[in-house]
Amino acid sequence: MIDTGRAFTLTDLNGSQQDFDGSGPSLICFVKEDCETCNIAAPVLEAFQKAYGGAVKLLVLGQSGESNALFAQRHALTMPVLHDEGCKTSFDWDIEIVPAVFWIDAKGKVATKFEGFVRDDWQALSDQIATASKQPAAQIDWESLPAWRPGCGSKHFDPDIYDKLRAEADGSVLRARKVEIASGDDMAEFLFDQGFSDGLPLVPPTPERVMRMLAGTHRDPQDVIATVPPNMGVGTVEKIAINAVMAGCKPEYLPVVIAAVEAVCTDEFNIHGVTATTMGAATVMVVNGPIRDKIGMNSGLGALGAGNRANATIGRALRLVIRNVGGATTGGVERSTLGNPMKFTMCFAEDEEGSPWEPLHVERGFSKEESVVTVFAMTGGPVHIVDQTSRVPDQIAGSLGQGLEGVFLPKMHNLPIDALLVVCPEHIKTMTRDGAYPKTRLRDRIQEVTSRPLAEMVQDDHSGAGIPVADAEKLGPEKLAQLAPKFASTDYIHIVVAGGEAGKFSSAFHGWSTGPAGSISVSRKIDLG
Amino acid sequence: MTIILDPTDERVPVVRQITERTGSVQGVVGLLNISKPRGNILLDELDRLLSEDAPGVEIRRYQKPTFAKPCPDALRHQIRDECDFMIEALAD
Repeated sequence: MIDTGRAFTLTDLNGSQQDFDGSGPSLICFVKEDCETCNIAAPVLEAFQKAYGGAVKLLVLGQSGESNALFAQRHALTMPVLHDEGCKTSFDWDIEIVPAVFWIDAKGKVATKFEGFVRDDWQALSDQIATASKQPAAQIDWESLPAWRPGCGSKHFDPDIYDKLRAEADGSVLRARKVEIASGDDMAEFLFDQGFSDGLPLVPPTPERVMRMLAGTHRDPQDVIATVPPNMGVGTVEKIAINAVMAGCKPEYLPVVIAAVEAVCTDEFNIHGVTATTMGAATVMVVNGPIRDKIGMNSGLGALGAGNRANATIGRALRLVIRNVGGATTGGVERSTLGNPMKFTMCFAEDEEGSPWEPLHVERGFSKEESVVTVFAMTGGPVHIVDQTSRVPDQIAGSLGQGLEGVFLPKMHNLPIDALLVVCPEHIKTMTRDGAYPKTRLRDRIQEVTSRPLAEMVQDDHSGAGIPVADAEKLGPEKLAQLAPKFASTDYIHIVVAGGEAGKFSSAFHGWSTGPAGSISVSRKIDLG
Repeated sequence: MTIILDPTDERVPVVRQITERTGSVQGVVGLLNISKPRGNILLDELDRLLSEDAPGVEIRRYQKPTFAKPCPDALRHQIRDECDFMIEALAD
């Protein structure tokens, strides 16, 4: 509650403007029509008006819109009853409960203020006004009134109203340009027309929704998380929050989106190249750590598909940030020949509890208790690897290796290209039936079963891809007989666990150009304050 | 009116863009009467002036069922498909 009266201009029940300059002597009371305590206070206010109205300005500020008239009529109020439109004055006067009373002296100082109905307070107030106004005390049967009644919460604390008021207040934390949409415009169509969309409908990023989204992080809205390629747009927390709203995120997802934006905008990850390549790369996000459960991410049945809001909208929010803040539009810098559906969204959580191995983030140097997002640049996937009959650990590991032959082209080996293998629970069970099956062994097994003589990689009538014939001739038969595994090193094979309990179907994402000239996977700790 | 916050880096104004002007009139010019009284008189005069000054231009006439409602989709699509330019008579 404020200490000094503040000016306002509001309309009364007749539609006339009433100016209050913040000075006294005046009594200002905020009420809500459906508040029982306000209805107890109303006859007292009317008695005050009758006794002191000639010397003191009494104003009742109603929070109930059209029902303010009903309140005035019910109690035959004769003082001005003003509409506190949108509860802006309630917000400005910093009240929490109605009725809220301010007795303002001649200098504009708030001499007395209280909320709710404590009979002694109201009676003391009456005496105070009587003394100050040199009027006989109001005739009120105080004993007939309850000694104490709590008030009701001020209407401006309704979430929709409060967030809007905070967004529009002078000290609002929001800095983004405000875009006015005419009432005749269809909101959804307008958002499409402006080019904000990835092709699917968007949630309108109203200031109140963005305020709510920002509550999901402790970060300052104007903190710069990254300069976002290709246009090197300034990716503030606020801009990320706006895009997260449009994507359909809940506020608690925002820290994950922020970490993901930070991760992809590094030189290592190279989101510019990932976006621009004609090969059609997209970001695959894997989330690890306690936040998975906290925000309800899916690492189980259908983890790589549709149906989970967190998985779907976090991935989408990242894409929208790159599109809108970075300016990567399809046909602009986004140049992929075919594109792929992962460009809408691809984000899932690892099933750490179902995994026999260290979680991905622990493998990459974080502690198990930290929440981490890891981003990979992938051109294909998830490509399912079907093996329903292997019962021996090395067999299932071998099938997983053979399932990776398709990266780029089966014929291409020794690839310095990432792959992300997602092993399902049933395959894990088979692999570990005889005891531990370390990731290193799985990686080695993948290299073992995919090893082929270089001779099979020479350009031929079936495919012009591979080792040029002239180069092959220089190598000679002995070198061409040497075996080459699928990947140039086991470092390119990334492994996580996810999926439903039933089904012997693992899956793989196929990489883009890996390395300093392309993209290197990046992990970032999620800042939860 | 609803307010939203700009999700972009704000380098481009968020307004309805006017179609680029070519500086010349050619092809098919549509004249749309929105069915306000005397709209036809304005359009007849434009029709005459265009025929004199730009003889190579083909003029097609269209009419909205009522000025009080948005143009029906079918008519909008027809105009879009058939015309290079459009003149809409708003006059009473």
